[in-house]
Amino acid sequence: MENLNLILPEIFISLSIMFLLILGVFKNDSSKITFNLSLFAILITTIITFNETFSVTRETLFNKSVVIDSMSSLMKIITLIGGFLVLIISSTYLKTFKIYNIEYPVLILSSILGMMVMISSNDLIVFYMGLELQSLALYVLATYNRDQLKSSEAGLKYFVLSALSSGLLLYGCSLVYGFSGSTNFDIISNQLNSEEYVLTFGIVFILVGLAFKISAVPFHMWAPDVYEGSPTTVTLFFTIVPKVAALTVFIRFLYVPFLNLTDQWQMIIVFLSIASMVFGAVAAIGQTNIKRLIAYSSIGHIGYTLAGLATTSNEGIQSSIIYISIYVVMNLALFSCLLMLRRKDQYYENIDDLSGLSKNHPLLSLCLLLILFSLAGIPPLAGFFAKFYVFKAVLEQSMYFLAIVGLLSTVIAAFYYLRIIKIMYFDKEKDKYDSDHSLWLKISLTVSTILILLYFIFPSQLVEVVSRINII
Amino acid sequence: MNFPILSSLILLPTIGALFLFFIKEKEGNNTTIKYVALFTTVVNFLISIYLWIAFDQSTSSFQFIEDRTWIKGFINYKVGVDGISILFIILTTFITPLCIISVNNSVKNRLRDFLIAILIMESFMIGVFSALDLVVFYLFFEAGLIPMFLIIGIWGGTRRVYSAFKFFLYTLLGSVLMLVAIISIYWITGTTDVVQLYEIGIDVKYQNLLWLAFFSSFAVKTPMWPVHTWLPDAHVEAPTAGSVLLAAILLKMAGYGFIRFSLGLFPLASEVFTPLIYTLSVIAIIFTSLIALMQEDMKKLIAYSSVAHMGFVTLGIFTLQQQGIEGSIIQMISHGLVSAALFLTVGVVYDRMHSRLISTYGGLVSVIPKYSIFFMLFALASLGLPGTSGFIGEFLILMGAFKDNFLVAVIASIGVILGAAYMLWLYKRVVFGKLLNEDLKKILDLNRSEYFILSCLAAPILFFGFYPDPLINTIEVSVTDLINMHNTNIASK
Repeated sequence: MENLNLILPEIFISLSIMFLLILGVFKNDSSKITFNLSLFAILITTIITFNETFSVTRETLFNKSVVIDSMSSLMKIITLIGGFLVLIISSTYLKTFKIYNIEYPVLILSSILGMMVMISSNDLIVFYMGLELQSLALYVLATYNRDQLKSSEAGLKYFVLSALSSGLLLYGCSLVYGFSGSTNFDIISNQLNSEEYVLTFGIVFILVGLAFKISAVPFHMWAPDVYEGSPTTVTLFFTIVPKVAALTVFIRFLYVPFLNLTDQWQMIIVFLSIASMVFGAVAAIGQTNIKRLIAYSSIGHIGYTLAGLATTSNEGIQSSIIYISIYVVMNLALFSCLLMLRRKDQYYENIDDLSGLSKNHPLLSLCLLLILFSLAGIPPLAGFFAKFYVFKAVLEQSMYFLAIVGLLSTVIAAFYYLRIIKIMYFDKEKDKYDSDHSLWLKISLTVSTILILLYFIFPSQLVEVVSRINII
Repeated sequence: MNFPILSSLILLPTIGALFLFFIKEKEGNNTTIKYVALFTTVVNFLISIYLWIAFDQSTSSFQFIEDRTWIKGFINYKVGVDGISILFIILTTFITPLCIISVNNSVKNRLRDFLIAILIMESFMIGVFSALDLVVFYLFFEAGLIPMFLIIGIWGGTRRVYSAFKFFLYTLLGSVLMLVAIISIYWITGTTDVVQLYEIGIDVKYQNLLWLAFFSSFAVKTPMWPVHTWLPDAHVEAPTAGSVLLAAILLKMAGYGFIRFSLGLFPLASEVFTPLIYTLSVIAIIFTSLIALMQEDMKKLIAYSSVAHMGFVTLGIFTLQQQGIEGSIIQMISHGLVSAALFLTVGVVYDRMHSRLISTYGGLVSVIPKYSIFFMLFALASLGLPGTSGFIGEFLILMGAFKDNFLVAVIASIGVILGAAYMLWLYKRVVFGKLLNEDLKKILDLNRSEYFILSCLAAPILFFGFYPDPLINTIEVSVTDLINMHNTNIASK
């Protein structure tokens, strides 16, 4: 008998989704209660995940098609917490646009379920199932503000391009299956050590598909449009939660089935990483919309996480995970600020709207200042440490070129972060924004900013948690 | 474990800043804010004086060491001082309260934020001078960019945005390569602890590249020719207190870095690259002195003179002679005092006339004599007149240079003459001559706080000019030891 406790979180969250749907059918005007219940469900799932799986080193279930290890449990917890926070700060925004419906939390829960399946997958089919579940939920979320043209456009774009990439991914999977004769990662890992070209094709297709999901250059084209068009809270969800899940799958693919083929994929990852870091930095300079800017900046940040993956060492993987965790906090803080730019039921998302913010809203702009310096990687803020760990791992492997290009692109990236700070602090002020924000929004901004600011006092804890992850 | 005196020096200004953060700023009446800031920095100064008294001058090993695990198994938070760094710490704690007194006149809006930035800046700078771990050093070194960027950008003049960006991006660009070098050192030797690194040394084959990486950062911060162009812009646009901090302390971080890290960690590479440093220093001295001659803006002139003086400093450090290095340290301290004083003197007339152009002034001696006397003293100290601290530094540097390379020393000496030329000419145009500008007739002489600040700066300039022993005694053992360590390293290869 399998130890079902290990997948209790997934079971629980599926049951909650079904329950919420039924509740939505039978009860009128149930959006508020659905929101609260889904928050509660995520909380419980997090606790279950922590209790049941956090201490597990490595266990497999269902014919080794599902794996529970220290990486999967940590990443699931990050995903869940990310989802929880997105949900909890969404309500004011959704109410403003009159889209405060039961579908929203249900969709978020379903995509989280998909991601949890992805994170735990140890089999091509299980992985693909999880991927599609989360993608379908995300397509709908992108179009969630359906009265707005931009939102529908974003959803459609995302759907078409994402379906294409899923196709590529599936094709790659079938090639790999053809060579190894199995869909199980462990078996594939043992079978694959040939140097045949067609196998390389398979790997490349899978990597392209995955690169698309995390929007690494040159497969990033969808990101700016989708980020700009989607409702802001959904954009926040896009920038953090699916990235965490996709990164985990990326790690899993590279270091389990393709472990013996490092020579073939390492160059690809290095290229993706350098291209994303440089392009993310350069392309963001000309942006005027904050959400588009964040899209490019997140492309750059994905470049840094990929740099950690390119090292083929446990330290590298750990540094990537540290990076993505800190990135999640920074993005959450950044979007909390963005959600506060509201005046008379209208949200502002152009960089110019920040003009002179420091005069009218000194605290908000101070938080934003710290967040932006942290994103730029200036010590002693958390963003610096994220980059520091990555480059430490990269330099351990003597990959000097990658490290120097990466650090030089932080200088370019610093320029556009500074530009926002300049607009906030050096320019003339505009009208005041409303300051009656929901309590949760304030809490999420305060807590995440404090985490960013004071991370340097206790840097060891995160490192210790992550150092339990040994994939190789 | 003794009382963590260095950590409290680093932390105290930040705590003061935190206090300020919670005091509400009122229109017009900001005395509480100013007194809190002043109190913090004066207490910090007193602590640092205590540090100097308790400091044991007879040994070159690091004192007041604090060593705590920070990132487990990787970095320790390690601070400590030796004869070289203690002087810079005192310079920092001495200049900052003077900056705070001077904001009375120059900063009109958002005083509280300005003082917070200055206090945090002080924390970071003391951190730089006391860090004994490369990563900790880098952290403080880079963190200083944030408050300085804001000081220039928010309170600066008309072209403040351009200057702030230039300052930030230039120095960041220089520093990222240093970060690569620091991490590489960790992987080569297994530690980033400076004291341990001094003992084990770094493999010769890596030294040249690592030296260049550190150099890229320090050269921008020093600043050396040809990457000095951010400095005049930043200086001109920064408010007076910002210029003072920048000139007096920020520039010294790189000179200190050269001595502590470039010489200490990479002795062989330092030998290899001495010609490069000599060339750049000599060009800086001659070239920027000539540029300074042509300036019409007083602050810009002083900024260029800073570049020239820092040229002397780098020259002195890489003579690798006892006199040269001691001279460089004294020159840095002296330049810290003198340039601070000069920026403040310019600030005094700027606050009254709102012009930094030399042509606005002329004949000041007949209306504001007290001011003119102070200005003369500082101008003479800047050009290195015997009896002022500027002389001791330049003299020792040139002595070291003559020992090492005659030609370089001769060219550098020409720089001294040029220095006298631009300083005296500036003084002549501003203070002497006919009083042509009608507005100048109503100009007021120094008020009490300005008088106090300038006297505070004039006293050590004169004192150390006549009696430099306290400085030399403090640094001597450390420098001797550095030279010895250097020579044994060279000899063993």
